[in-house]
Amino acid sequence: MKEKYFQEQIDAERKVEPKDWMPDDYRKHLIRQMSQHAHSEVIGMQPEGNWITRAPSLRAKMILLAKVQDEAGHGLYLYSATETLGISREELVQQLHEEKAKYSSIFNYPTLSWADMGAIGWLVDGAAIVNQVSLQRTSYGPYSRAMIKICKEESFHQRQGYEIMAEMAKGTAEQKAMAQDALNRFWWPSIMMFGPQDSSSPRTGNAMKWKIKRQTNDELRQSFIDKTVEQAEVIGLTIPDSDLNWNEDRGHYDFGEMDWEEFWNVVNGNGPCNKQRLAHHKKAHDEGEWVRNAAKEYAKKQELVLN
Amino acid sequence: MKLEMAENATVWEVFIQSKNGLAHKHVGNVHASDKIMALENARELYTRRNEGSCIWVVKSSEIVSSETEDNEAFFDPSNDKIYRHPTFYTMPEGSKHI
Repeated sequence: MKEKYFQEQIDAERKVEPKDWMPDDYRKHLIRQMSQHAHSEVIGMQPEGNWITRAPSLRAKMILLAKVQDEAGHGLYLYSATETLGISREELVQQLHEEKAKYSSIFNYPTLSWADMGAIGWLVDGAAIVNQVSLQRTSYGPYSRAMIKICKEESFHQRQGYEIMAEMAKGTAEQKAMAQDALNRFWWPSIMMFGPQDSSSPRTGNAMKWKIKRQTNDELRQSFIDKTVEQAEVIGLTIPDSDLNWNEDRGHYDFGEMDWEEFWNVVNGNGPCNKQRLAHHKKAHDEGEWVRNAAKEYAKKQELVLN
Repeated sequence: MKLEMAENATVWEVFIQSKNGLAHKHVGNVHASDKIMALENARELYTRRNEGSCIWVVKSSEIVSSETEDNEAFFDPSNDKIYRHPTFYTMPEGSKHI
């Protein structure tokens, strides 16, 4: 009965709010998806943080700092939204540390050159935007509102990345080669950010029925590819896929096979940087403990003074 | 030790006035152990792009909310007074600016 009413509300495009009744599986699905999204924002600071001290100019350094700070902010918006489902921030962090919660596999790849800052902004943030624009219409109110806020801030991220790529592509032969190399390494992992193909994505059914997701993995991936091909052409770089062809009938680009073995290998913890990313997060968390304790003591003292 | 913060970090709801003369609007929340930290965290999180001219923070636990499932009964008193709406009244033909 409750379930039927719930589905009717969803079908009528009404948002679900934290205090509304919702099926357990809806809640679980959201906690999994939203916490994974939050962890991705936070872990995503590491590959970029790697280049803050080595940015090639003061302008580039200030931009990168602002971008990394935004990612922290996006993580916090998403943690807040996830907490409305009845799980605490501490539990969420613990799940990450115990590897019960995941984050986007893309951040398990290393950032080897400055061009990678360009590739990440252009491709990784670009793919994230396609996904997040779609999620602005998700059925869970707090998630939808977090997405709207994030999307407003995210487009600077993609543009700054594309600018880096464009600058390097018209630089010296060596610089252009670095940009092409970054594109070669980040292209396939970026299009795999949308997740498994619909035919092998077990959770898509419910997620679509409940309007948690508004478009399937394959639809989002196609939309990203269609947008990006021309952007690569404009700056004279080549997308590393020989099967990439405009398909007149479909009105979309056809593209090659993705390497799902590699994808699952990285998801399951065996990517180049999985261990490093998690170890760094744990270390930062542990080293911050005295700060949290000091803040708590200070708050207690303030209360004593007031009372 | 791990879950210690859960009992102590307080959640604060954040309201921002986007510019002078407008109402404060709810934008989200922050975790902080005291009110100064709550204000500073809210500034860092919600006003990185000139979004505000004033911030309020209020402990979430201090907010009293109506229950969605009671909506029908709770808001009933306002449904049966259609004469509160200007469209309820018939104006004489030809009358203007009213």
